[in-house]
Amino acid sequence: MNIYDIVFYLFAAITVLSAFFVVTTRNIVYSAYYLLFTFFGVAGIYVLLGADFIAMVQLIVYVGGILILILFGVMLTNKITSVEIKTGSVQVVPAAVGVALLAGILMASMVDTKWRSVETAMPSATTQGIGMLLIQQYAIVFELLGILLLIALIGAASMARK
Amino acid sequence: MLVQYIPVFLVIAVAIVFAVATVFSSEIFGPKRPTQAKLSTYESGMKPVGTTHERMSVKYYLVAMFFIIFDLEVIFIYPWAVQFKKLYIENGISVFVSMVIFLVVLELGYLYAYKKGGFKWD
Repeated sequence: MNIYDIVFYLFAAITVLSAFFVVTTRNIVYSAYYLLFTFFGVAGIYVLLGADFIAMVQLIVYVGGILILILFGVMLTNKITSVEIKTGSVQVVPAAVGVALLAGILMASMVDTKWRSVETAMPSATTQGIGMLLIQQYAIVFELLGILLLIALIGAASMARK
Repeated sequence: MLVQYIPVFLVIAVAIVFAVATVFSSEIFGPKRPTQAKLSTYESGMKPVGTTHERMSVKYYLVAMFFIIFDLEVIFIYPWAVQFKKLYIENGISVFVSMVIFLVVLELGYLYAYKKGGFKWD
Protein backbone atom coordinates (compact mmCIF):
# COMPACT_ATOMS: atom_id res chain seq x y z
CA MET A 1 0.00 0.00 0.00
CA ASN A 2 1.77 3.10 -1.20
CA ILE A 3 0.88 6.77 -0.88
CA TYR A 4 -1.22 6.56 -4.04
CA ASP A 5 -3.45 3.89 -2.52
CA ILE A 6 -3.80 5.83 0.71
CA VAL A 7 -4.89 8.98 -1.09
CA PHE A 8 -7.28 6.97 -3.25
CA TYR A 9 -8.94 5.36 -0.24
CA LEU A 10 -9.14 8.74 1.46
CA PHE A 11 -11.04 10.27 -1.45
CA ALA A 12 -13.13 7.14 -1.93
CA ALA A 13 -14.09 7.25 1.74
CA ILE A 14 -14.99 10.95 1.50
CA THR A 15 -17.12 10.28 -1.58
CA VAL A 16 -18.94 7.21 -0.29
CA LEU A 17 -19.52 8.47 3.24
CA SER A 18 -20.81 11.86 2.17
CA ALA A 19 -22.99 10.23 -0.50
CA PHE A 20 -24.40 8.03 2.25
CA PHE A 21 -25.20 11.08 4.35
CA VAL A 22 -26.77 12.82 1.34
CA VAL A 23 -29.46 10.16 1.18
CA THR A 24 -29.87 9.54 4.91
CA THR A 25 -29.95 13.10 6.27
CA ARG A 26 -33.43 14.32 7.09
CA ASN A 27 -32.70 17.98 6.40
CA ILE A 28 -32.48 18.75 2.70
CA VAL A 29 -30.05 21.64 3.23
CA TYR A 30 -27.62 19.30 4.96
CA SER A 31 -28.05 16.91 2.04
CA ALA A 32 -26.97 19.65 -0.34
CA TYR A 33 -23.91 20.39 1.78
CA TYR A 34 -22.94 16.73 1.96
CA LEU A 35 -23.24 16.65 -1.82
CA LEU A 36 -20.42 19.21 -1.86
CA PHE A 37 -18.09 16.66 -0.25
CA THR A 38 -19.24 13.95 -2.65
CA PHE A 39 -18.35 16.15 -5.62
CA PHE A 40 -15.06 17.07 -3.99
CA GLY A 41 -14.14 13.43 -3.43
CA VAL A 42 -14.92 12.60 -7.05
CA ALA A 43 -12.71 15.49 -8.14
CA GLY A 44 -9.90 14.05 -6.04
CA ILE A 45 -10.32 10.67 -7.72
CA TYR A 46 -10.15 12.36 -11.13
CA VAL A 47 -6.85 13.91 -10.09
CA LEU A 48 -5.55 10.48 -9.10
CA LEU A 49 -6.58 9.12 -12.49
CA GLY A 50 -4.50 11.81 -14.16
CA ALA A 51 -7.54 13.64 -15.55
CA ASP A 52 -6.57 17.06 -14.28
CA PHE A 53 -8.84 18.99 -16.63
CA ILE A 54 -11.88 16.90 -15.69
CA ALA A 55 -11.02 17.39 -12.03
CA MET A 56 -10.91 21.14 -12.55
CA VAL A 57 -14.23 21.06 -14.41
CA GLN A 58 -15.70 18.97 -11.62
CA LEU A 59 -14.64 21.56 -9.06
CA ILE A 60 -15.75 24.61 -11.02
CA VAL A 61 -19.00 23.30 -12.46
CA TYR A 62 -20.24 20.88 -9.82
CA VAL A 63 -18.83 22.19 -6.56
CA GLY A 64 -19.04 25.80 -7.68
CA GLY A 65 -22.04 25.86 -9.96
CA ILE A 66 -24.47 22.98 -9.69
CA LEU A 67 -24.34 23.04 -5.92
CA ILE A 68 -25.21 26.75 -5.90
CA LEU A 69 -28.14 25.93 -8.17
CA ILE A 70 -29.29 23.17 -5.82
CA LEU A 71 -28.96 25.39 -2.75
CA PHE A 72 -30.86 28.18 -4.50
CA GLY A 73 -33.53 25.68 -5.44
CA VAL A 74 -33.80 24.58 -1.82
CA MET A 75 -33.80 28.17 -0.60
CA LEU A 76 -36.56 29.19 -2.99
CA THR A 77 -38.82 26.21 -2.38
CA ASN A 78 -38.21 25.21 1.24
CA LYS A 79 -40.46 26.57 3.97
CA ILE A 80 -42.60 28.68 1.68
CA THR A 81 -45.67 27.21 3.25
CA SER A 82 -46.08 25.46 6.54
CA VAL A 83 -45.07 22.23 4.82
CA GLU A 84 -41.40 21.52 5.29
CA ILE A 85 -39.50 19.44 2.79
CA LYS A 86 -38.20 16.38 4.56
CA THR A 87 -36.34 13.59 2.93
CA GLY A 88 -37.25 10.09 3.94
CA SER A 89 -36.99 6.51 2.79
CA VAL A 90 -39.87 5.09 0.78
CA GLN A 91 -40.07 1.96 -1.37
CA VAL A 92 -37.18 0.35 0.50
CA VAL A 93 -37.65 -3.18 -0.87
CA PRO A 94 -37.72 -2.36 -4.62
CA ALA A 95 -34.79 0.00 -4.13
CA ALA A 96 -32.81 -2.69 -2.31
CA VAL A 97 -33.50 -5.17 -5.11
CA GLY A 98 -32.44 -2.64 -7.74
CA VAL A 99 -29.27 -1.70 -5.89
CA ALA A 100 -28.37 -5.35 -5.32
CA LEU A 101 -28.87 -6.08 -9.03
CA LEU A 102 -26.78 -3.11 -10.10
CA ALA A 103 -24.05 -3.97 -7.62
CA GLY A 104 -24.05 -7.57 -8.85
CA ILE A 105 -23.75 -6.51 -12.49
CA LEU A 106 -20.93 -4.09 -11.67
CA MET A 107 -19.07 -6.63 -9.55
CA ALA A 108 -19.47 -9.35 -12.19
CA SER A 109 -18.18 -7.10 -14.96
CA MET A 110 -15.33 -5.98 -12.72
CA VAL A 111 -14.27 -9.56 -12.00
CA ASP A 112 -14.74 -10.69 -15.61
CA THR A 113 -12.75 -7.88 -17.18
CA LYS A 114 -9.15 -8.71 -17.92
CA TRP A 115 -7.50 -5.63 -16.46
CA ARG A 116 -4.27 -4.55 -18.05
CA SER A 117 -2.05 -3.73 -15.13
CA VAL A 118 1.12 -3.36 -17.16
CA GLU A 119 1.04 0.37 -17.44
CA THR A 120 1.84 1.88 -14.08
CA ALA A 121 3.25 5.24 -15.14
CA MET A 122 1.01 8.21 -14.45
CA PRO A 123 -0.38 9.85 -17.60
CA SER A 124 0.81 13.36 -18.31
CA ALA A 125 -1.30 16.45 -17.70
CA THR A 126 -4.20 16.87 -20.10
CA THR A 127 -5.09 20.55 -19.81
CA GLN A 128 -2.35 21.73 -22.18
CA GLY A 129 -3.38 19.24 -24.85
CA ILE A 130 -7.01 20.30 -24.58
CA GLY A 131 -5.96 23.92 -24.92
CA MET A 132 -3.99 23.15 -28.08
CA LEU A 133 -6.82 21.15 -29.66
CA LEU A 134 -9.42 23.75 -28.72
CA ILE A 135 -7.63 26.52 -30.56
CA GLN A 136 -6.00 24.66 -33.45
CA GLN A 137 -8.05 21.67 -34.55
CA TYR A 138 -11.44 22.46 -33.06
CA ALA A 139 -11.51 26.23 -33.38
CA ILE A 140 -14.92 26.17 -35.11
CA VAL A 141 -16.34 23.92 -32.40
CA PHE A 142 -14.94 26.31 -29.83
CA GLU A 143 -16.75 29.29 -31.35
CA LEU A 144 -19.93 27.22 -31.69
CA LEU A 145 -19.65 26.45 -27.96
CA GLY A 146 -19.71 30.19 -27.40
CA ILE A 147 -22.94 30.41 -29.38
CA LEU A 148 -24.39 27.48 -27.43
CA LEU A 149 -23.65 29.27 -24.18
CA LEU A 150 -25.15 32.43 -25.67
CA ILE A 151 -28.36 30.55 -26.40
CA ALA A 152 -28.46 29.28 -22.82
CA LEU A 153 -27.87 32.79 -21.53
CA ILE A 154 -30.65 34.27 -23.68
CA GLY A 155 -32.94 31.46 -22.62
CA ALA A 156 -32.26 32.21 -18.96
CA ALA A 157 -32.64 35.95 -19.51
CA SER A 158 -35.91 35.64 -21.38
CA MET A 159 -37.31 33.90 -18.31
CA ALA A 160 -36.66 37.07 -16.33
CA ARG A 161 -40.02 38.62 -15.75
CA LYS A 162 -40.29 42.34 -15.55
CA MET B 1 2.27 13.69 -11.20
CA LEU B 2 0.84 13.24 -7.72
CA VAL B 3 3.79 15.17 -6.35
CA GLN B 4 2.57 18.29 -8.19
CA TYR B 5 -0.58 18.25 -6.12
CA ILE B 6 1.17 18.32 -2.75
CA PRO B 7 0.81 22.13 -2.50
CA VAL B 8 -2.91 21.78 -3.25
CA PHE B 9 -3.33 19.19 -0.52
CA LEU B 10 -1.36 21.42 1.85
CA VAL B 11 -3.62 24.39 1.14
CA ILE B 12 -6.72 22.25 1.70
CA ALA B 13 -5.29 20.87 4.95
CA VAL B 14 -4.36 24.35 6.23
CA ALA B 15 -7.78 25.68 5.26
CA ILE B 16 -9.59 22.90 7.12
CA VAL B 17 -7.39 23.24 10.21
CA PHE B 18 -7.76 27.03 10.22
CA ALA B 19 -11.53 26.93 9.79
CA VAL B 20 -12.06 24.31 12.50
CA ALA B 21 -9.57 25.91 14.89
CA THR B 22 -11.01 29.43 14.65
CA VAL B 23 -14.58 28.28 15.12
CA PHE B 24 -13.93 25.93 18.01
CA SER B 25 -11.22 27.92 19.80
CA SER B 26 -13.63 30.77 20.47
CA GLU B 27 -16.10 28.17 21.68
CA ILE B 28 -13.51 26.64 24.02
CA PHE B 29 -11.52 29.65 25.23
CA GLY B 30 -14.05 32.47 25.00
CA PRO B 31 -15.89 33.61 28.14
CA LYS B 32 -19.59 32.77 28.31
CA ARG B 33 -21.75 35.29 30.13
CA PRO B 34 -25.05 35.16 28.28
CA THR B 35 -27.66 37.86 28.73
CA GLN B 36 -31.05 38.30 27.16
CA ALA B 37 -29.69 40.79 24.63
CA LYS B 38 -26.74 38.63 23.70
CA LEU B 39 -28.88 35.59 23.09
CA SER B 40 -31.35 37.35 20.81
CA THR B 41 -31.07 36.93 17.07
CA TYR B 42 -28.41 39.16 15.55
CA GLU B 43 -29.86 41.42 12.92
CA SER B 44 -27.25 44.16 12.47
CA GLY B 45 -28.25 45.93 15.66
CA MET B 46 -31.93 46.14 14.73
CA LYS B 47 -34.67 44.56 16.79
CA PRO B 48 -35.46 41.27 15.06
CA VAL B 49 -38.90 41.29 13.47
CA GLY B 50 -40.89 38.78 11.48
CA THR B 51 -39.94 35.27 10.59
CA THR B 52 -36.91 33.95 8.80
CA HIS B 53 -39.13 31.88 6.55
CA GLU B 54 -39.72 34.55 4.00
CA ARG B 55 -40.48 33.89 0.42
CA MET B 56 -37.46 34.53 -1.79
CA SER B 57 -37.80 36.13 -5.19
CA VAL B 58 -37.19 33.80 -8.10
CA LYS B 59 -34.83 36.49 -9.39
CA TYR B 60 -32.12 34.98 -7.21
CA TYR B 61 -32.38 31.74 -9.11
CA LEU B 62 -31.82 33.64 -12.32
CA VAL B 63 -28.58 35.01 -10.93
CA ALA B 64 -27.51 31.45 -10.11
CA MET B 65 -28.22 30.42 -13.70
CA PHE B 66 -26.22 33.33 -15.10
CA PHE B 67 -23.42 32.35 -12.76
CA ILE B 68 -23.35 28.79 -14.11
CA ILE B 69 -23.17 30.00 -17.70
CA PHE B 70 -20.22 32.28 -16.98
CA ASP B 71 -18.72 29.45 -14.95
CA LEU B 72 -18.81 27.31 -18.08
CA GLU B 73 -17.22 30.14 -20.01
CA VAL B 74 -14.31 30.10 -17.57
CA ILE B 75 -13.77 26.40 -18.24
CA PHE B 76 -13.03 27.09 -21.88
CA ILE B 77 -10.77 30.03 -21.08
CA TYR B 78 -8.72 27.97 -18.65
CA PRO B 79 -7.01 25.48 -21.04
CA TRP B 80 -6.48 28.32 -23.49
CA ALA B 81 -4.78 30.44 -20.85
CA VAL B 82 -2.61 27.56 -19.65
CA GLN B 83 -1.27 27.00 -23.13
CA PHE B 84 -1.37 30.57 -24.45
CA LYS B 85 2.37 31.11 -24.83
CA LYS B 86 2.94 28.01 -26.90
CA LEU B 87 -0.16 28.61 -28.98
CA TYR B 88 0.88 32.19 -29.63
CA ILE B 89 4.33 31.16 -30.81
CA GLU B 90 2.87 28.55 -33.14
CA ASN B 91 -0.19 30.35 -34.50
CA GLY B 92 0.33 34.04 -33.91
CA ILE B 93 -2.39 36.55 -33.12
CA SER B 94 -5.25 34.34 -34.36
CA VAL B 95 -5.14 32.54 -31.01
CA PHE B 96 -6.05 35.75 -29.27
CA VAL B 97 -8.66 36.67 -31.88
CA SER B 98 -10.52 33.38 -31.57
CA MET B 99 -10.81 33.83 -27.81
CA VAL B 100 -12.00 37.42 -28.31
CA ILE B 101 -14.71 36.17 -30.69
CA PHE B 102 -15.75 33.60 -28.09
CA LEU B 103 -15.95 36.25 -25.40
CA VAL B 104 -17.76 38.79 -27.60
CA VAL B 105 -20.42 36.21 -28.46
CA LEU B 106 -21.02 35.65 -24.76
CA GLU B 107 -20.91 39.36 -24.06
CA LEU B 108 -23.85 39.77 -26.44
CA GLY B 109 -25.79 37.44 -24.19
CA TYR B 110 -24.71 39.45 -21.17
CA LEU B 111 -25.94 42.65 -22.80
CA TYR B 112 -29.24 40.99 -23.65
CA ALA B 113 -29.66 39.83 -20.06
CA TYR B 114 -28.78 43.32 -18.84
CA LYS B 115 -31.27 45.02 -21.17
CA LYS B 116 -33.90 42.49 -20.23
CA GLY B 117 -33.49 43.51 -16.61
CA GLY B 118 -32.02 40.23 -15.41
CA PHE B 119 -29.81 42.01 -12.90
CA LYS B 120 -32.46 44.28 -11.39
CA TRP B 121 -33.63 43.48 -7.91
CA ASP B 122 -37.11 44.91 -7.43
